[in-house]
Amino acid sequence: MSKPTGLVQGTLDLLILKILALEPAHGWAIAHRLRQMSGDVLQVGQGALYPALHKLEQHGWIRAAWAVSDNHRRARYYTLTKAGRKALADESAGWERLATAITAIVKAV
Amino acid sequence: MRLAAIVRLRLRSVFRRTQVEDDLDEEFRDHLEREINQNIAAGMSREEARSTALRAMGGLEQRKEECRDMRGLNQLDHMVNDIRFAIRQLRKSPEFTLTAVLMLALGICSSITIFAFVDAALIKPLPYRNPDRLLGVFERIDPWCPRCNLSWPDYLDWKKQNSTLASLDVFQQRGYTMTGSAGATPLHGARVSDGFFRTLGIAPILGRDFYAGEDQSGAARTVILTYAAWQRQFGGQPNVVGQTVVLDRMPRVIVGVLPKDFHFAPVGLADVWLPLHPEGECDFRRSCHDLYGVARLKDGVGAEAALANLVSIAKALEKLHPDTNRNQGANVAALSEIIVGDIRPVLLVLIAGAFLLLLIATVDVAGLLLVRSENRQRELALRVALGASSGRLLSQFVTEALVLVLAGATMGLAASHWTIQLLTRLLSEDMLTRMPFLIGLGWNWKLAGLACVISVLAAAMFAMAPSLGLRWPEIHGGLREGARASGGVWRKLGSKLVVLELATAVVLLAGAGLLTESLYNLLHVKLGLAPDHLVTIDVAAPNASYAKAAQSMALARKVLERARNLPGVRSAGLSADGAPLSHNGNTNWIRVLGRPWNGEHIEVPQREISPAYFGALGAQLAGGRYFEAGDDSSKPQVAIINRAFARKYFPYENPIGKQIGQATATPAPVEIVGVVEDVREGPLDDEIPPVLYRPYNQDPDTYFTLMVRTSQDPGSLLPALSGIVREIDPEIVTMRGMTMRGRIEQSPSAYMHRSAAWLTASFAGLALLLALVGLYGVIAYSVSQRTREIGIRMALGAESRVVHQMILAEAARLAGIGITAGLVCAALACSLLRKLLFGVSPWDLSTMAAIAVLMAVASLIASFIPARRAASVNPVEALRME
Repeated sequence: MSKPTGLVQGTLDLLILKILALEPAHGWAIAHRLRQMSGDVLQVGQGALYPALHKLEQHGWIRAAWAVSDNHRRARYYTLTKAGRKALADESAGWERLATAITAIVKAV
Repeated sequence: MRLAAIVRLRLRSVFRRTQVEDDLDEEFRDHLEREINQNIAAGMSREEARSTALRAMGGLEQRKEECRDMRGLNQLDHMVNDIRFAIRQLRKSPEFTLTAVLMLALGICSSITIFAFVDAALIKPLPYRNPDRLLGVFERIDPWCPRCNLSWPDYLDWKKQNSTLASLDVFQQRGYTMTGSAGATPLHGARVSDGFFRTLGIAPILGRDFYAGEDQSGAARTVILTYAAWQRQFGGQPNVVGQTVVLDRMPRVIVGVLPKDFHFAPVGLADVWLPLHPEGECDFRRSCHDLYGVARLKDGVGAEAALANLVSIAKALEKLHPDTNRNQGANVAALSEIIVGDIRPVLLVLIAGAFLLLLIATVDVAGLLLVRSENRQRELALRVALGASSGRLLSQFVTEALVLVLAGATMGLAASHWTIQLLTRLLSEDMLTRMPFLIGLGWNWKLAGLACVISVLAAAMFAMAPSLGLRWPEIHGGLREGARASGGVWRKLGSKLVVLELATAVVLLAGAGLLTESLYNLLHVKLGLAPDHLVTIDVAAPNASYAKAAQSMALARKVLERARNLPGVRSAGLSADGAPLSHNGNTNWIRVLGRPWNGEHIEVPQREISPAYFGALGAQLAGGRYFEAGDDSSKPQVAIINRAFARKYFPYENPIGKQIGQATATPAPVEIVGVVEDVREGPLDDEIPPVLYRPYNQDPDTYFTLMVRTSQDPGSLLPALSGIVREIDPEIVTMRGMTMRGRIEQSPSAYMHRSAAWLTASFAGLALLLALVGLYGVIAYSVSQRTREIGIRMALGAESRVVHQMILAEAARLAGIGITAGLVCAALACSLLRKLLFGVSPWDLSTMAAIAVLMAVASLIASFIPARRAASVNPVEALRME
């Protein structure tokens, strides 16, 4: 099973949740927004995205539904659920703690 | 709530499989098209755009697979696939599968079957309230009668004076004749003191228990029915309470019916329970012992305290009544010990045997699985190369183990249903009477539970076995050539397993050998009589018409006369104290006249017999004469003694003409007129005690046993004998008609020995077979692994004889270790058998030697085929194979 490279494990989930917190989106859009938002720093393999989406859906954090997109094409849209919102809060807090700790260590050295 | 949503999602994933798949396809297609469009917009050609998009995705199918993984679909798929694959694998090698499943079924079936008996006899509590607080209470006469009967006066004193028993009651087994419109029916029963059922903690399901005082002589005549008798004799009528039945010509009112599961083995299968009502000379005489006691301990009192209490009471009574109570001690035993004490050692041996067999069977199957896993090394390496994880391979093994165990356990459990029935049917009527807790023994949930436990353990073992056999590094190293060069793990672990199997088989064989030998000894013990062409049948005449001496003498004469006139009959005699081997405990206290006497007495079994008794039995007269028809009450009293009596009490003199008498100051003299060679009057495995024979005509009885010798088939004589008795008086009951051979075969000691010997022998036989299969497997496998080595040896000039010997030596080494270890274990295990052995020591050298030889020869035969195959290896082919 390939793991998203260049990403701390588990952070992909956080990023997806964060993007979906702004507005519902389909897979391709999520991939592009990831790249745009991180200024092309985070090169998430497009393939790794979908398993993550399906996992989050099984967790009940996001919901998937077919809808017609901007260019009149059918696309599978993902929406954040209530549980997902709570998970996002938890994961963000966790991430901040981790980031602060790592920053502190890196600066100290 | 969230959980519910997740479950819903999971279920959707599982059950709406196609929709999930379609969604997945469409989602990926949509993504690709968007990516392609964007790439084209960025200036790529269509072809270029497409391949770039696909590359970015990194393997479409793999991604889809990952998505399925995430949805948990694959776990289910894997399981289904594993099961399918396991069944396919097992079907691909039907010999392996069949052998493994049969071995498992065999092991599980035998252990469950024996466990059913162990459960009924030893685990299930007796059907009384707090059965572990119940005691059997006895008088004790050292050294020969540790559990003797109480007399009614002694019982009353014990009951009054003890301070350790919450209650003490007595019972006496009796036969009754029920007369009614349907004629005379013999019933089994017992008379009991009033609190008997309260002591046991049993309440009738209909009617009432006996009142306190209902056992006194003047009380109303009542009877309580057992459930079985209520159903059989009264059709289960609900209004049976209050009806009157005539038992031994005495009308009695039915006051109650006992629960269905009630049984009381010490009196066998009783139909009727009567209050005791002491009557007649015996009941009021302190020296007439005919009752057994059952007691419930007071709370907080132990059996030892109760025993000490009763012993001191018995001592006091001995001082108070020296003429009747000399040497009459007291004894107690747990009621469960009295009821199941005899069968317990047999069952423990059998359950141990069954579990050893199960052990061998599972070890054998585990060994087979080990071999298989080694042979599958290449297949597994291939699967790893194609992407299977170690976890997947392991789960494959677990699935295979589960499929095997499930098949084996199902078969074993189903078969046990049948074998339990078979074994119960092998129990004789007589044995079931003695062990009523085995009646209606059948399949129950406890057995299924045991099967489950065995299955789980076996499955765990089987799942582990193949993974032990695998060399993971090599598997992960890929399909290297020559990966099967040495089967190291199997040869090490597998050969240890085989040693274990061989040793276990030796232990079982040793047990079976010793038990068979003691059965043989028991059945060939010197009987002092000729058992062929001899039948015995009990005759019980109602007291009302035959109580007077003249009446019963006349009856006995008439019966014997007519019996003698039956075709084929050569002689007919009788005993008023049961047939030989019948455990009859009637005794007399005597002293030898003409010797100084200080009040001590000799207690010996006594038999009242007719003149032709010894002739009919085929006993040998050692000196003097037999009784004559004229030896009746008008003549001087005479006696015959057996050889043991003469040896013990007249060691240096000729007993003929000597006088003995009752153990009183001025006894009536009884002259010894004959000495007979010992006849086995008691159980087969007991020492023959001194026995005193007295003429029936000097002390006749209404209950006697006929012994009839015929020149024809003895079995066909029994109906004729019942017929002539009925002809004389239809109210006389005949029962327990048996040939002497049958009596020997079905005597409890023979039965115990036979069942233990047969079952252990069949377990041992199967164990031997399984162990040899195991040995064959190891050697054959070792040969197949060493084909190349053997090829090289032969190419270098080794003769096939040398190769042959090399393989046999390997087998001999394993067998040697196994047999030696087995003999050591057998020596330890068989000392536990001591209680069951008769006439053979637990360390019987000849048996052990015979077993060692048998095992050695059998092992040699088992390894002969693979050794031959090794010797016939063609070196060219063997080397080309690699």
